[in-house]
Amino acid sequence: MSTLQLKQITKSFGETDVIKGVDLEVNDREFVVFVGPSGCGKSTLMRMIAGLESATSGDIVIDGQRINEVGPADRGLAMVFQSYALYPHMTVEDNMGFSLRLAGVPKAERREKVLEAARILQLEPLLDRKPKALSGGQRQRVAIGRAIVRNPSIFLFDEPLSNLDAALRVQMRIELARLHEELDATMIYVTHDQIEAMTMADKIVVLQGGVVEQVGSPMELYHHPRNRFVAGFIGSPKMNFLPVEVTEAGAEGVSVRLPGGDVTRVPVAGQDQAAGTALELGIRPEHLVLDDQGPLSGEIQVLERLGGQTSLYVRMGEQTVTIMADGDVAHRVHDTLRFGFEPGRAHLFDADGLALPSLEAHPLASLKRQDNRMASSADSE
Amino acid sequence: MTTARTKSMSAAGSVPKATPSPLFAALSSRRLWLTVLGWTVAGVIFFPIFWMVLTGFKTEAEAVADPSLVFSPTLDSYAEVQSRANYFHFALNSVVVSFGSTLLALLIAIPSAYAMAFLPTKRTKGTLLWMLSTKMLPPVGVLVPIYLLFRDVGLLDTRTGLTIVYTLMNLPIVVWMLYTFFKDLPKDILEAGRMDGAGTLQEVWFLLLPLTLPGIASTGLLAVILSWNEAFWSLNLTSSQAAPLTAYIASFSSPEGLFWAKLSAASTMAIAPILVFGWLTQKQMVRGLTFGAVK
Repeated sequence: MSTLQLKQITKSFGETDVIKGVDLEVNDREFVVFVGPSGCGKSTLMRMIAGLESATSGDIVIDGQRINEVGPADRGLAMVFQSYALYPHMTVEDNMGFSLRLAGVPKAERREKVLEAARILQLEPLLDRKPKALSGGQRQRVAIGRAIVRNPSIFLFDEPLSNLDAALRVQMRIELARLHEELDATMIYVTHDQIEAMTMADKIVVLQGGVVEQVGSPMELYHHPRNRFVAGFIGSPKMNFLPVEVTEAGAEGVSVRLPGGDVTRVPVAGQDQAAGTALELGIRPEHLVLDDQGPLSGEIQVLERLGGQTSLYVRMGEQTVTIMADGDVAHRVHDTLRFGFEPGRAHLFDADGLALPSLEAHPLASLKRQDNRMASSADSE
Repeated sequence: MTTARTKSMSAAGSVPKATPSPLFAALSSRRLWLTVLGWTVAGVIFFPIFWMVLTGFKTEAEAVADPSLVFSPTLDSYAEVQSRANYFHFALNSVVVSFGSTLLALLIAIPSAYAMAFLPTKRTKGTLLWMLSTKMLPPVGVLVPIYLLFRDVGLLDTRTGLTIVYTLMNLPIVVWMLYTFFKDLPKDILEAGRMDGAGTLQEVWFLLLPLTLPGIASTGLLAVILSWNEAFWSLNLTSSQAAPLTAYIASFSSPEGLFWAKLSAASTMAIAPILVFGWLTQKQMVRGLTFGAVK
């Protein structure tokens, strides 16, 4: 059982407020990802949980106990650093066993625990090597092994994959997800990469400017972003934003006039939106469909064929819209084409960037990776 | 010269026949001149020491005669010198005081440099510069107060007193050097240690010291050499009991006039230990001293 609560946490470095009042609940065995652009405070927030930085105000509570004044050594957490931070003068075995050595665990028992962790990570053949004789991926695994040996109540990962090359990153991502399942531990993971967040998290915390923009499951963030920032940050390629004008608002949704002049009714709650109000329509590239009768049109500026899919960058008056189309589309650069979208896939954002809430929740919005796991283990029984 | 040619050949790799290019010619003549210059400078620096060692094996008459490399070596001066003052008494003082002061300086400087490198404040840089600036003060400016202080607390002509003065003398440089070595250590490694359960002392003992050992060693070596060669304070604060080798040398240049052969013999004996020490540790010294500079 390991839970974590943050209550109104703030952090200031001198005059600069880096974290401006964060509330968060991390449940037992949850995989929580802090994601946001650089400088959003995600690493600082993790370092405060680790005890490497002190919180300026607010409470950090682990398993019901306030631990603000407890030093990093005594919080029972383990952290994997972006730089791996292996001890260069120690062998892999000594690196992994260092915490046990400090705790005064006898040598035989230490070796046993290190071997156990090494087995999970397939590090056994490397135990006698020094870090400089390891590849990046192996160093990463040693850093994770060092955390496992500590048997922490919560694992903290600070951008652990950002120093690896793309192929290795995908592999380690899968390995981490597997590890989470095998260890059945609470994990907090910091990244700026929304793909890592989407693929690994049970719960994503989107941060910007020291403020939590939204907390939710990956699918919830994808289908029901609370504001324009989250909508733009989650999903790749980025969501398109088009200026629209309200023509009519009712219980069935809000009707807006699109840049081409056509009117579409988006099923969101916004009965108080007066006609003539300027809004922004958000629509993901993968939700735009090529359609000769579609309400939108533009000229293809750039066309990227990825094989299975084709990205079209289409000029519409002042702005460029991205469309993820089928891999086999026959269009060429400078072709003019028409396209449209299913109104239920679109989002509307008001002048403050807040999303008008959808009338209907997406069926997968509350799906967590853990639910997946429970479902699959129930199947196998 | 041979290495220069081999290098240029391998650099030209794909070219089937290495024609001596103008670049190669320029490079090798530059190399030649640099080599000549290096040996010249080394020779100029080394010559006085060489001459001193030679003079130590001459008789007094030969020592003041026209300079000559041809003479029959004799150990008379050494015997004479040893009969007038016990070399080992002074040598022991030198060893105790220079190693003692170095150890003490490291003990004080390691925690100071740790604090400055890992817990810096707005004033850290200023403090460091201020500490170093004390080295610009001429020591003679504080001679009288320190002499009086030492006299009143009974530290004159004691090893303890000299050790304290040498410690204070070397502390700014030792702190400064350790600070630069510590600063080069990635902070993450110490933080990882803290996450692994290390307290400050364990962090220093298990991580900081082993990882910066080359730097600490070269700092210590430098402090030993500076203390060994120090003459101003040792001449003024000691007379017989605690007098190190510098005072021993000085004692041969006195009342009866100059006796070059004996003075040379004494000096040779005084510098021999530190010369051997320096020669044995030169790799470490050079590595440590250029460590921060080439980064």
